[in-house]
Amino acid sequence: MYSYYLTIVLAPLAAAIVAGLAGKQIGRAASHWVTIAGVGISCILSLVVLKNMFWGGAGSENISVYTWAVIDGLHMEVGFLVDRLTALMMCVVTFVSLMVHIYTIGYMREDPGYQRFFSYISLFTFAMLMLVMSNNFLQLFFGWEAVGLVSYLLIGFWLKKETAIFANLKAFLVNRVGDFGFILGIAGVVMFTGSLDYATVFSSADSIAAQNIEVFPGAPWNAMTLICILLFIGAMGKSAQAPLHVWLPDSMEGPTPISALIHAATMVTAGIFMVARMSPLFELSTTALAVVIVIGSITAFFMGLLGIVQNDIKRVIAYSTLSQLGYMTVALGASAYSAAIFHLMTHAFFKALLFLAAGSVIIALHHEQDIRKMGGIRKYMPITYWTSLVGSLALIGFPGSSGFFSKDLLIEAVKDSHWQGQGAVYWIAYLSVLLGVFVTALYSFRMFFLVFHGKERMDAETKTHLHETPAVVTVPLILLAIPSAIIGWFTVGPVLFGDYFGDSVFVVAGHDVIGEHLAATWHGSLGLLTHALMTPVFWLAASGVFVAWFLYLKRPDIPETMKTKFSGIYNLLDRKYYFDDLWIKGFAAGGRGIGQFLWQKGDELLIDGLMVNGTAKAVGRMAGVMRQIQTGYLYTYAFAMIIGLTALLSWLIWLR
Amino acid sequence: MIGLEHYLTVAAMLFVLSIAGIIINRRNLIILLMCIELMLLAVNFNFIAFSRYLGDETGQVFVFFILTVAAAEAAIGLAILVVLFRNRRSIAVQELNTLKG
Amino acid sequence: MFHTILFYSFAFVMFGAAIGVVFSRNPVHSVMFLVLTFFQAAVLWLLAEAEFLAIVLVLVYVGAVMVLFLFVVMMLEVNIEAAKRGLTRFAPLGIGIALLMVIQLIQLIWLRSQGFAGTDGFAATPEGYSNTKALGAVLYTEHVYAFEIAAVILLLAIVAAITLTMRKRPGIKTQDIAKQVAVRAKDRVRIVKMESEERQ
Repeated sequence: MYSYYLTIVLAPLAAAIVAGLAGKQIGRAASHWVTIAGVGISCILSLVVLKNMFWGGAGSENISVYTWAVIDGLHMEVGFLVDRLTALMMCVVTFVSLMVHIYTIGYMREDPGYQRFFSYISLFTFAMLMLVMSNNFLQLFFGWEAVGLVSYLLIGFWLKKETAIFANLKAFLVNRVGDFGFILGIAGVVMFTGSLDYATVFSSADSIAAQNIEVFPGAPWNAMTLICILLFIGAMGKSAQAPLHVWLPDSMEGPTPISALIHAATMVTAGIFMVARMSPLFELSTTALAVVIVIGSITAFFMGLLGIVQNDIKRVIAYSTLSQLGYMTVALGASAYSAAIFHLMTHAFFKALLFLAAGSVIIALHHEQDIRKMGGIRKYMPITYWTSLVGSLALIGFPGSSGFFSKDLLIEAVKDSHWQGQGAVYWIAYLSVLLGVFVTALYSFRMFFLVFHGKERMDAETKTHLHETPAVVTVPLILLAIPSAIIGWFTVGPVLFGDYFGDSVFVVAGHDVIGEHLAATWHGSLGLLTHALMTPVFWLAASGVFVAWFLYLKRPDIPETMKTKFSGIYNLLDRKYYFDDLWIKGFAAGGRGIGQFLWQKGDELLIDGLMVNGTAKAVGRMAGVMRQIQTGYLYTYAFAMIIGLTALLSWLIWLR
Repeated sequence: MIGLEHYLTVAAMLFVLSIAGIIINRRNLIILLMCIELMLLAVNFNFIAFSRYLGDETGQVFVFFILTVAAAEAAIGLAILVVLFRNRRSIAVQELNTLKG
Repeated sequence: MFHTILFYSFAFVMFGAAIGVVFSRNPVHSVMFLVLTFFQAAVLWLLAEAEFLAIVLVLVYVGAVMVLFLFVVMMLEVNIEAAKRGLTRFAPLGIGIALLMVIQLIQLIWLRSQGFAGTDGFAATPEGYSNTKALGAVLYTEHVYAFEIAAVILLLAIVAAITLTMRKRPGIKTQDIAKQVAVRAKDRVRIVKMESEERQ
């Protein structure tokens, strides 16, 4: 399998290099063919790997490919750990990536940076695969930073657009905050275990948990708690959890395929994947899990609320992504790692689908993204309409869709989790995910109704050109709609209850909500489906859809009056809880202020002014004073000599 | 017979007087040169006194050389002074501050 | 006792003359005071039985150096009125320092040297001792190199003094002997052959 893994990783890289360096020479068509071929090979081989895992019964493999450096016993290696978790992630990544590659042919048709774009997304696929297939922290960090870099490059893909440059800088800087925590966490791991290798680290997890570290003198912290929280800070940056979520909505400045691939399906889930991968560590620190679940619930509920007031079609989906990432984080915090990964997978499909459908609408409307200028598109774009509907239903967890299985079981897992009876943490998490369902339904169908139903609010010029997008766009939509609709049905049983993940995730006894509680009531997919009508989840979702229908189709005047009546709340939501202001005006401006202070006061005044020039000036000034002594008169010099002589005499006679 | 101290005291006072003369004089350079001669005289006094009281002629030989060098110094000093006067039409000490920084 | 009276009276006159050197307004007077100072010093040296040096002081210093001083002072025609203007602004401080030094030196001489051997009287001299002969004996033997150097210094002083003060005045007609000697006839005389003038 060794050659398989190498091929899976290197094929997209080779394609990216060819398309990136020789893109001008080989032309547009060859560029997309070579990258699609690269990612296609990866995708097929990943599916083979998954098949071997699933049906072939292949075990996990831990392969060291290359030792990059050995420093004082610390091995820095390139290696692959391919287990069931990895195999699932590989398939999700390569499949969505392949769909996006194909879709991009249509979406970027007229863009001058066509080859560059393909090179970037192939490079992204390579980086993401390196991340998920890594068997050590160093390679994980490499992949982590590499996907961040490609994300930066792609958000700012339209590099002449000022908002895009602002957004990519913002994404980069916010991710630096997270990465700072992440690398500190890795440093903590190295400090306590002296190894970067997953297997070694996980096997010594107990010894880490037994130790304390004094971060601030006099306040010993459990080493495992500290390491896990630091690692989770990294995940917060990458997976856009509050308060480090601010970059994700702005990243929608990039081309839509990127929003689908990087900022919905794959890269932002890297944090979720990482926490699941680190489950042997996180499981040993209840404090860290509490942090994870609280952060996740805040993100899940409050970011969803923001989706209701957004008017940019992509931003609505972006906030939905934030909210769904929050759901996954909550599942991680509830020790339901398999539920989190399962939701990650289904979310990757339906969210990529929603983004690509939104992109399809955007193309059709000539890059118009404001949903207030859409409406009634249904009859012009039937394929986009139906695929969007599938995506939206999956998102809100309509019974039978993939999102239903993942989200419903996720909520069940939270409900029965080991936090039950632990007071505030449990209720925060449970209420957030429960109310989040209503919010999700509301904003999804608000957008859906505004875009596809109701009055046609676009201008006449656009309307005459409005037609269904070409096959390169619609085929990926259909291909994504199929798993979005049905994959949950087939996979929920084996993945969640069939012990699919085996030992690739680790749950301590008493935390295993899925294995211990949910499995007891599991009667297959059909059983869950029939049971669906009895749960509050369904009714919350249904009421969300109904409210959306009532407010935005039936009585569109109500939202307007509400907007003015509850202007306080509206403003709070419209300004995104002032997080942007906090970061930009608080931290960024503060940072700039400190920089300015250090520059003007520290550097120019103190170092340049006082120390460098000051020394010279002091010498000059002293020389100016000393120069007064040099009168040029003979008697002054004689006098100076005499004074010296007298002083010497005084010393000899009186003092010695 | 008087003691060595008397000679030394006279020499010391002469020396200090010539020092004071050098410091406070701003009138002309010749006085300065004369003060230096006085200073050398005071030194010579010490040499002679020690030579006589210790019974060693070397001190007097030293005085002889000092006189020689002082004569040479006076000759050159006066020559410089003449050149200076020729160039600046003045030998006033307070005007000789071309070296001022 | 008589010796002491003599010593102090001459010393007193010498000191007064030295004050005159420093403070008199007319440089000529200063020179004359300096001459007096040297004379008194010579007398004091005689009292100390350093006869040769006393005579040398009078002959060389008063006879030669002071005359040179007097020459220069008179030659330079220093404006006495202009020179009258007060003392330097360091005068009070200078005098203070001078007094401090006097105190220090006297303390050194009178207090610190107590018990210093051989300070009560002159060293004994053998019968028929000649100061001049004794000095000459060491000067031309032990210190002969220094003596030679002193001679060279004096020569140097002569050369330096002449070099410094000699000047060429432009416009003065003088002979250049070297040029006169180096003259050759053909540089100066040109013989021209020319036709005699036509008869008219």
